[in-house]
Amino acid sequence: MSKHEVTVTVNGRPQQACVEARMTLVDLLRDVLRQTGTHVGCEHGVCGACTVLFNGRPIRSCLMFAVQADAADIVTVEGLADASGNLSVLQDAFWEAHGLQCGYCTPGMLIAAQALLEETVTPTDEEIREAISGNLCRCTGYQQIIEAIRLASRSSTAQVADHDE
Amino acid sequence: MTSEPRSGFRYISRKRRPQEDRRFLTGQGRFVADVDLPGMKHVALVTSPYARARIRGIDTSAALGAPGVLGVLTGDELARATDPLYTGIHVPGVRRYPLAAGEVRYVGEWVAAVVAEDRYLAEDAAELVAVDYEAQEPVVDPEQAVLPDAPLVHVDQGSNVLLRKRWNWGAVAEEFAAADHRISYRARWHRSSTVPIETFGVVARWDESAELLDVWASIQMPKFPDHLANALRLPGNAVRVHFDVDVGGSYGVKRGIKHSVLVGHLARTLRVPVRLIEDRLENMRGGDAHGPDRIFDVSLAFDSDGTVRAMKMRALDDLGAYAGRAPLQLGKPVGAIVGPYTIRAVEYEAISVATNKTVQEAVRGFGQSPTNFAIEMGMDRIARQLGIERLELRRRNFIAADQFPYLIPSGSTYDSGDYHAVMDKVLDAVDYPALVARRDELRREGRLAGIGIATCLEPSGGNSSFEPLLNTRNETTTWMDSCMVRVDLSGSVTAVMGTSSSGQGHETLLSTVIGEVLERDPDTVRVVHADSLNALPSNSPVGSRMAIMLGGAGAGAARRIRQAVVAIGAHNLGVSTADVEYSEGAVHVRGTPERGLSWKEIVAIAHRKYHLMPDGMEPGLQAAFVWEVPGGGTLPGDDGRVQMYPCYAFEGHLVLAEVDRETGLISLRSYVVGHDCGTVINPDIVHGMTYGGVAHGIGAALYERFSYDPSGQLVSQSFMDYLLPSAHEIPDIRIVSHCTPSPLTTFGQKGSGESGYLGAPAAVVSAVNDALAAIGLEVNEIPLWPGALGDRIAAAEETGTGTAGNARAVPWAGPQ
Amino acid sequence: MKAVDFDYVRAGSVDEVCRMLDDAAEDGKVIAGGQTLVPLLAMRLTRPALLVDINAVPGLQGIEGTTDALLLGSCTRQAEAERSELVCLQLPLLRKGLSFVGHVQTRNRGTIGGSIANADPSAEIGLVMLTLGGSVVTRSSDGDTIVPADEFFLGPMITTLMPNEFIRQVQFPVWQVEGWQGTGFQETSPRRSDFALASAAVQLVLDKDGICRRAAIGIGGAAATPVRIDAAAEGLVGTTVSEADITAAADVVREMVDPESDLHASADYRRRLAATLAARAIREARAEARRKGEGPDVEA
Repeated sequence: MSKHEVTVTVNGRPQQACVEARMTLVDLLRDVLRQTGTHVGCEHGVCGACTVLFNGRPIRSCLMFAVQADAADIVTVEGLADASGNLSVLQDAFWEAHGLQCGYCTPGMLIAAQALLEETVTPTDEEIREAISGNLCRCTGYQQIIEAIRLASRSSTAQVADHDE
Repeated sequence: MTSEPRSGFRYISRKRRPQEDRRFLTGQGRFVADVDLPGMKHVALVTSPYARARIRGIDTSAALGAPGVLGVLTGDELARATDPLYTGIHVPGVRRYPLAAGEVRYVGEWVAAVVAEDRYLAEDAAELVAVDYEAQEPVVDPEQAVLPDAPLVHVDQGSNVLLRKRWNWGAVAEEFAAADHRISYRARWHRSSTVPIETFGVVARWDESAELLDVWASIQMPKFPDHLANALRLPGNAVRVHFDVDVGGSYGVKRGIKHSVLVGHLARTLRVPVRLIEDRLENMRGGDAHGPDRIFDVSLAFDSDGTVRAMKMRALDDLGAYAGRAPLQLGKPVGAIVGPYTIRAVEYEAISVATNKTVQEAVRGFGQSPTNFAIEMGMDRIARQLGIERLELRRRNFIAADQFPYLIPSGSTYDSGDYHAVMDKVLDAVDYPALVARRDELRREGRLAGIGIATCLEPSGGNSSFEPLLNTRNETTTWMDSCMVRVDLSGSVTAVMGTSSSGQGHETLLSTVIGEVLERDPDTVRVVHADSLNALPSNSPVGSRMAIMLGGAGAGAARRIRQAVVAIGAHNLGVSTADVEYSEGAVHVRGTPERGLSWKEIVAIAHRKYHLMPDGMEPGLQAAFVWEVPGGGTLPGDDGRVQMYPCYAFEGHLVLAEVDRETGLISLRSYVVGHDCGTVINPDIVHGMTYGGVAHGIGAALYERFSYDPSGQLVSQSFMDYLLPSAHEIPDIRIVSHCTPSPLTTFGQKGSGESGYLGAPAAVVSAVNDALAAIGLEVNEIPLWPGALGDRIAAAEETGTGTAGNARAVPWAGPQ
Repeated sequence: MKAVDFDYVRAGSVDEVCRMLDDAAEDGKVIAGGQTLVPLLAMRLTRPALLVDINAVPGLQGIEGTTDALLLGSCTRQAEAERSELVCLQLPLLRKGLSFVGHVQTRNRGTIGGSIANADPSAEIGLVMLTLGGSVVTRSSDGDTIVPADEFFLGPMITTLMPNEFIRQVQFPVWQVEGWQGTGFQETSPRRSDFALASAAVQLVLDKDGICRRAAIGIGGAAATPVRIDAAAEGLVGTTVSEADITAAADVVREMVDPESDLHASADYRRRLAATLAARAIREARAEARRKGEGPDVEA
């Protein structure tokens, strides 16, 4: 058995832990750092519920070991709202469009959508579907999720336009 | 109960952001895996690699010596300490415990449980449990399992046929004799399920000083606390189930009673908090959450004008290794056995057969979706045979709007509906001629394109009449739900519900109806989930019942509050209750708005000023309401006629599909669904569940299957092989809404959440068969995988015959 | 689903990787992106005593162009290759294949070398490498070995890699043939992102008269390894790639593949599908080449 010290920045806060090599990143986040917003759905890299931003890119946190995340910058669903708890444009759009039901896939879905919108400000429907195709949702049939992402895209664009004026 | 006015709602039917969404969007949902108790230990399971084997012995010594291990429990030990799990039908030879005792009956069945400091160590130790199996020949094919010489899944039961009932409603033989035409066909619905993204999980803690078992579980199960206490041989008030756990999807299957009995027992005997969160493999193999697996043999008698006179249906369901509640899923369809049609006479035979496969659990619609798939396939066949357009054939057979309430042959009365109007709206919305033109254009390009049509009823307001129907020892005639509403001294309103939610938006439902009745802003109404010792009775969100039952109970409790407010107001204004008006919580003398009392003033009187209360009124401001299912309360007749559920929502599905002739791949080009569930409480929630139901139905039709090999090995046990549709597979879906209020419910609402799933499989198959007709091919089993379909298309194009690979059609044998 | 216990080392150099693998004898495994390995570990289907992490090894990431090839460090993320302008310009077939690999999340972590080392017969990256006649640079304490793609794949999840070796680099040839190059990548799977029931990769070059000067056809998922069907490709060379020529090539593909039946599809289906997809991929490549030929470049 090997134990390893890891330091990760989670939602802007540096955190330290001593982990076994075999501990997955998602188990570190949930069980050690108690950031339970990120969910576990399959543990074999298919469902996407455990999606987090890893150095800015969405990855599946069940498909890497915590020790591999040393020095990484991680954003989870808990990091999307601002410090005073105001929802992000994306979260607000999900609420407005009811882009969720049971809420279990939602954190991973938000992270995947966030990554998409950071790269593509006005994605096409096909781009939206591609971006969330690695996140399985059993409640919504994806319809209101896609609507929410469209809405977030429109809201962000509108905000940018406001700033320009 | 009298009905509220159906129009001019203040909050009902209006856009409102669901109350519970915010916590999920910020990662603050509290799911069972988020429950963290001090000193909590973790379970891993030892599971059977064999479909059928005798357990000669279990050696737990190595596991007990492994690092971090607190205990190892075997089936024999658990069977001695607990009573068998509840079984829905009377099969005394089928005893089910959380861990197999003496014999394993399917691959993945739990044999032993290991408790350790963490899940990693528990899994390490589980590998060290040595089980000595004597493998035996399994029975895997349900049609083999019914034969007299088949190996027995339960020797003590003497037969694999655990349920066989036949009913005859109406003059079936006469209708068949008199009809112009008869057809017989088979419809095969292979095994799939709801497969929520959250697996089942449970945490339990035994408090020795209080002699109380606290349970947190991702549960959606009627009478769960009672079943749990019974199996653990505890009084009901020694089990406290916490319903404030968010459930990560269920759609029927989250009934981990065996998990909970096991974990409850471990927590009690080891004196530590224990948790079991299924991993995905445990969930798929041994979570006992598979769905219906049915073979339908159907005969229809009809006239040349398309009138369907009578149906004979035999449903053979492969329920897996134990009975559970699965056989009851053959009973619920009795309540809508003729679908939306005026079929006059029905013979229905329901057969549940045990095989060496994973156990079934309740799945969205409780057996109605497969049944609807079988009925709708027949409607398409009749249309083709008679050369009548498929929608026109259905219209000719629809129950007409002026025929409601409508009594169907099997004894249920449909409350209301206007099926013709919904279909008209769908055709308008989709521009049907344009859709046909689009299909025909694809066909001219040489493609296999087809339009699918299906209708379905969603029986709702879930009652449990199928229990006494299938088990005469069970006299259940109520399936009540309840709500408590409290107004505190500050004047804010809290509603208490007695069950957990798995995405249906019950907090929004309750706050909306309570806000409606009290004329108070729903966003100020807090909804809490009580624990089972604090809660009024609930039968959980099964059977599309909560809009009706919880909504009705919440409105009922709110109405009592409103009456109390009116009484206090009138008393203090010195007039009779008939002479005051209630407005947004305040009360004033009718016609004299300036003579009144505010909400705050009345609340203060109720809480502090007993001297100002009318004589005989309780102090405080709270009300409970327990509601019986409308139309419930009676046992089935000897002929099996029964009022199943009270309300009947309707959907019509219209889909354009293309089948790739060379690859067998099916793509859905357009999907429109007409939906009528009466008064909608929250449109976004209802639409969401409809979209999700359609997606689930598309999954069942095209992707999802628990496949077994001949030795009983489950070969689709991970998400690599059990294919849940992603955003790529689900097309853009359009909902066309219609409202035919129910006369039986508080606001005219009916249930919602299932009908997408009830109609989509039939609609997709209808579209595929419309496409395949060009090459003389017809399919009758789902899911339709490209590999198998590609082979059949190739064979059809080669030989010119399209039925070679179909599930065998067996003509109905008739009464024997 | 938790992995068995193992030791972990984050290697700092190619030599350290070699040393670690030597020391671990047969019990060591290299982890790069981990997108295939971690599920196998979680299901306890593989039980190495030591994981050697090569993600931080200098020199294993990045894309480099030579006169006639692109050299991709084995640890290059699939997403990086997908976004790379070099790949876009010089290896469009790889870019097309990458779009079928897993999902955004797995491509962000999964590597070029990792996919090839795992040798799934349906995997896209290996198919592209094989189709183009690329090669794998493996490394052990004995130094580099260049293994042609034709020789590298031995069977499902089986390659020539020895326990003490790892992939250092993957080489994809860039064709230098005068004319207009077109590529086609076609794949059929139950869901868009699943492993393919079969797939076809095609690259061809048409000259100014529309005659095919060079062609390569590879098929995935229809044999124990991806296969290149040279006979089918050679049949296209010298033709105008007419429908008849395409049918002839597809017929050769149908003859040459050797699929097996499994849960999702029969051998017959896969055989037909391989031919169908080959034909579609050839058409896709032909259309692309012709488009370029008809474009403004013709006049210039």
